[in-house]
Amino acid sequence: MVNIKINGIEYSVEEGTTILEACRQNGIRIPTLCWLKDINAIGACRICVVEMSGARSLTAACVYPLSKFDEGKNILTHSPAVLESRKMTLQLLLSNHNMDCLACARSGNCELQALCKELGVDDSSYFEGAKNEFDIDTSSKHMYRDDNKCINCRRCVAACEKYQGIGVIGANERGFKTEISCAFGMDLANTACVSCGQCITACPTGALSEKDDTDKVWEALADPEKVVVVQTAPAVRASLGRLSVIR
Amino acid sequence: MMTVAELDAIKAKLHSQMMLRKGSEAGEDTYRKHVLVCGGTGCTSSGSMGIINKLNEELKKNGIENEVKVIKTGCFGLCALGPIMIVYPEGSFYSMVKEENIPEIVSEHLVKGNVVERLLYSETVTDSGIKSLNETNFYKKQHRVALRNCGVISPENIEEYIALDGYQALAKVLTQMTPEDVIQTILDSGLRGRGGGGFPTGKKWQLARNLVKDADQKYVCCNADEGDPGAFMDRSVLEGDPHVVIEAMAIAGYAIGATQGYIYVRAEYPIAVERLRIAIGQAREYGLLGDNILGTGFKFDLDLRLGAGAFVCGEETALMTSIEGNRGEPRPRPPFPAESGLFQKPTILNNVETYANVPQIILNGADWFASMGTEKSKGTKVFALGGKIHNTGLVEIPMGTTLREVIYEIGGGIPNGKEFKAAQTGGPSGGCIPAEHLDIPIDYDNLISIGSMMGSGGLIVMDENNCMVDIAKFFLEFTVDESCGKCTPCRIGTKRLYEMLEKITSGNATLEDLDKMEKLCYYIKNNSLCGLGQTAPNPVLSTLRYFKDEYLAHVVDKKCPAGVCQDLLTYKIVADKCKGCTACARKCPVGAISGTVKEPHSIDTTKCIKCGACMATCKFGAIVKE
Repeated sequence: MVNIKINGIEYSVEEGTTILEACRQNGIRIPTLCWLKDINAIGACRICVVEMSGARSLTAACVYPLSKFDEGKNILTHSPAVLESRKMTLQLLLSNHNMDCLACARSGNCELQALCKELGVDDSSYFEGAKNEFDIDTSSKHMYRDDNKCINCRRCVAACEKYQGIGVIGANERGFKTEISCAFGMDLANTACVSCGQCITACPTGALSEKDDTDKVWEALADPEKVVVVQTAPAVRASLGRLSVIR
Repeated sequence: MMTVAELDAIKAKLHSQMMLRKGSEAGEDTYRKHVLVCGGTGCTSSGSMGIINKLNEELKKNGIENEVKVIKTGCFGLCALGPIMIVYPEGSFYSMVKEENIPEIVSEHLVKGNVVERLLYSETVTDSGIKSLNETNFYKKQHRVALRNCGVISPENIEEYIALDGYQALAKVLTQMTPEDVIQTILDSGLRGRGGGGFPTGKKWQLARNLVKDADQKYVCCNADEGDPGAFMDRSVLEGDPHVVIEAMAIAGYAIGATQGYIYVRAEYPIAVERLRIAIGQAREYGLLGDNILGTGFKFDLDLRLGAGAFVCGEETALMTSIEGNRGEPRPRPPFPAESGLFQKPTILNNVETYANVPQIILNGADWFASMGTEKSKGTKVFALGGKIHNTGLVEIPMGTTLREVIYEIGGGIPNGKEFKAAQTGGPSGGCIPAEHLDIPIDYDNLISIGSMMGSGGLIVMDENNCMVDIAKFFLEFTVDESCGKCTPCRIGTKRLYEMLEKITSGNATLEDLDKMEKLCYYIKNNSLCGLGQTAPNPVLSTLRYFKDEYLAHVVDKKCPAGVCQDLLTYKIVADKCKGCTACARKCPVGAISGTVKEPHSIDTTKCIKCGACMATCKFGAIVKE
């Protein structure tokens, strides 16, 4: 067991527990973006940073395993420095984000949007500058990828590789131009994608979304010549079934 | 398999010929003279391979090919004067040699024994005769430990390395020392990582030996992914003395209990890669790598991994990720490599120059090494001098030498009588040091305290014609390009920082922007995942600290005091000086200059594109930019 303090209060946690887990176990909320339980702990987005006594810089809570070397350390989860950093991270993400939020499929259900609200981002254009302009990949039957809304959290990459064992997406290019896409920029339709949709479920923003056929249904319903039959898709059940096989 | 006795026999056999090359009386060889030609990247690109071919041709023509031996060596350091050639035993140092000089050097010097003074490095020629290279300003304050064999031996011949105590340190640790002794010696020597961080090497080895008790495999890695703009000391070691790295890695393997090593070298260093390949092959052939080394039962082998040109792969975790075959991106620490590194096994990673010190420390003892340098920074450091300085090249100096000595004595000062403005150390992670700190002794901690860092040892000198905002922008541009794109602060933050600098140099920034920029700098430092991002704002922060007035001039007065930032410049004709020769008007590509013949001309600034063609054309110095 490691004895630490979180915001001045003493806790005892098992060695190897991450700061994030230690906080969650004790009812302290640290916001996350790129972290996805069991499959994605890469410390990339820096939303979960905390202040730790003795550390030179801020520490990403999701990837820091507590060990005997941390005995007695105090961790601040909501200090002014932490809050300001989290806010600036969001402002930076927004500065390279397509902010067509009102018409976005994830509006109201977007983790980035929710965090901006939670952390008091009141100036979405605090940072100005160039934005990437990516083509939207609509090649696939079931979904589209709009990297102009992507925040490079790589949760979709992890879902594709670890939930489904497919691995058809990953990071291309580097630095500011980094883009999550298929190898050599191929269209998703030309890869071994199995249309499971796990990546969409993993995406915190509207970068990945299923294609919406509501209009086609309305059209069919309005067609007096057509008899419309409804059937539930088996995708959910099949997907869960496959998941258990892999695990 | 080779025994220690056989190793000693090779050393004894070649020792006297190697002494000839050191200018010693005891030197003796069947060859009368040794001609050493630099085969490093610098001299190779200025034509030293052609010189070697011509030399061999001329020697044959004069029938002395069995009397004079030509040896292709590594770098001598004085790259500004390449191609370089030294004739031993007399030690005549020919600089900027051309192929057409070779017949004369061969017939006069090598046949008749008359040194061709005209072609010697001018600093070695004095009224009272020719002085030795070691007495010249460039070399006399240097102390070569890591570079000791560079420019002395043939890097493609293992026996020449053995002749100068090569593999003796490995023999010593395998036959006389326990792994703990080795680690203690390195700890006592005070050796710190030469790649930039300055972490105590012995401590790193100790952790890798002790942290994980039951590891089935451990690894020794060498970081040869040198990427700082302007730094090339690691390349020089690999090209001039590759065996020293192999020997040191085997010693490290023995110390931590590893049997496999990897050298991660950038593919852009083809000569270094080739010589490493040859060296590893020879070391295997001589039984100095592989099973049962020197009959002691110790097993260690090495492989090369080529980097594909990403600067971030010089970061330890990114380097290991890349060796594993993945996209070169850093991963969070802890766990540190000593616990879980390459392939999740305990691993040490040291830089080329760090390894180059190790065999000498083992042979001469920790006290010898610790006697050089300052209290907390022991030994020597290699610096790559570049920028506005006479003697560009590689120098190895004891820690604690002042910047002034390096720039004005070893480096020969600043060309064209210009004023020193700043020295940039530590590459894109470092900072700019102003004139007020010229007398500070160079060591890890002093450089950090004045807002820069040792880094890998690039040292770029800047004079009054350099704009410090522009310099900061240059380094930021590099970081933006080299960011791997994994974490937000580095991926987007550095880009925004670069854009803010652009706003300043184009005259569009406000004082508010300056504050915002500083805030962003500290944010990037505190939040980035790896060292690349954490140090990326340093060039901005250090120039803000020492040259705030230049930033203010750009922001408030909309002027670039050094006359570099194009957007803030206007070209003007000084009427008193203009003779009305019309040369500038004819040269101007956009027809911005008008005037009558023999009358002062003028520039229409609304048309001027600031190309500077007029200024370069004017013979009377009548055109100024301000």
